[in-house]
Amino acid sequence: MQRPAQQPELTQATISDEIADRHRAEGDAAASAARPLAAHPRRDFAPYRSTTLRHPTHELVRADPEEIELVSPAFGHTDVAAEEADLTIQHTGEPLGERIIVTGRILDGDGRPVRNQLIEIWQANASGRYVHKRDQHPAPLDPNFTGVGRIITGDDGSYRLTTIKPGAYPWKNHRNAWRPAHIHFSFFGSAFTQRLITQMYFPGDPLFALDPIYQSIVDPAARERLVATYDHDVSEPEWALGYRWDVVLTGPTSTWMEPEDADHA
Amino acid sequence: MPDTNGREAFDATDLPGAHAHAPAHEGPLGQTPSQTVGPFFGYALPYAGGPDVRAAWQPDAVRVHGTVFDGAGDPIPDAIVEIWGADATGRPSTERGSFARDQHGFAGFGRAAVDRDGHYSFTTVKPGAARPGSAPYLLVTVFARGVLHHLSTRAYFGDEPEANEADPLLARVDADRRDTLIAEADAPRSYRFDIRLQGENETVFLDYGTEV
Repeated sequence: MQRPAQQPELTQATISDEIADRHRAEGDAAASAARPLAAHPRRDFAPYRSTTLRHPTHELVRADPEEIELVSPAFGHTDVAAEEADLTIQHTGEPLGERIIVTGRILDGDGRPVRNQLIEIWQANASGRYVHKRDQHPAPLDPNFTGVGRIITGDDGSYRLTTIKPGAYPWKNHRNAWRPAHIHFSFFGSAFTQRLITQMYFPGDPLFALDPIYQSIVDPAARERLVATYDHDVSEPEWALGYRWDVVLTGPTSTWMEPEDADHA
Repeated sequence: MPDTNGREAFDATDLPGAHAHAPAHEGPLGQTPSQTVGPFFGYALPYAGGPDVRAAWQPDAVRVHGTVFDGAGDPIPDAIVEIWGADATGRPSTERGSFARDQHGFAGFGRAAVDRDGHYSFTTVKPGAARPGSAPYLLVTVFARGVLHHLSTRAYFGDEPEANEADPLLARVDADRRDTLIAEADAPRSYRFDIRLQGENETVFLDYGTEV
């Protein structure tokens, strides 16, 4: 395989400085307004360069959820086969890499389980390569691994997936940029406003501090919530290592009332 | 008193699944943060019939389509759009099998990846209003590389001027931005709803109290 041509000289040091500056500014703003740091990433997080032309510049408009926003599409076992929760059995042979189990529960903000809802996942293979025509990373595809799975949560909000630990991979945000290993997850809550797409990471990854996508979450405690924990009780002897990752989908706050003298500015 | 196996530390609540029976957490739990959908969802999220919420041959089917633009006015070729809407009487569907497309039902949920020109297209039904005094709309959600947290908006219908005039959400939006929430009829049984993530005529995006 050929090494790709050199990337432009936007260095990791520059990106890391930008990340530190933004974290400091967000911390100062939150402290002076006596409010907590946001849990969700900042949409205008400039160190992740693709946000530049893809974030709204107007403030979002506060909307009271109507009935349609307080319910969710009804997925079910007609939509998803049980085998789709195991990404290692989709081909005739065994995929290469470290077999893992990822399990946990989906809860709402009050700790109630999100029952019978759809989870979709996709990921790179053990070499850090996606089955996608736009992935140009010169790492091998695995003919026995597609990297796509689905599952419906149980009555206790639980899910359990079997897959291969994905590899880290390079991307072109800046020179020598590498994404920490991650699995993409898509969730539906019991209300459509709980919809969430995110990424689950693995504990102790040395790339966390360098990654502008992970660091777009400015609250360190919120960032940690994307990192699974190794759980030896989930590991299976002679078979697979186990990770636990619980997810919280906060519901809409429907008690909000428009202030009497609402400022439309 | 620790023994060599550390067994004194054993606690039944550490068993997998045991915490399923634990009492509800005290106080609100911390929201799991969003991350971008990235560029590589193409073999995972789109599915056969995803854009066909209502079979096109059904007499009540309408097309809702448009282009997703970035702040430079260029089409975004790697966005994915979801819609979720009530049926023609204004009620959300409770049909199981939101992925299933049997040509006759209506599950209310649709998903369409945009094409290379940033264009998406759904067939669905025009929803009824949820209650008297509000206007009918589809909930529209946009995901893309470079969008760290998906964006939500509503597509109201241009041929409902009276209902739109009375709608409480539209009333709250600045008059000069209100048009960005209106899907305009551009052909028989077809509505156009372009989505501009930034810049001139930037779409009004909504916060349902989930911007935590």
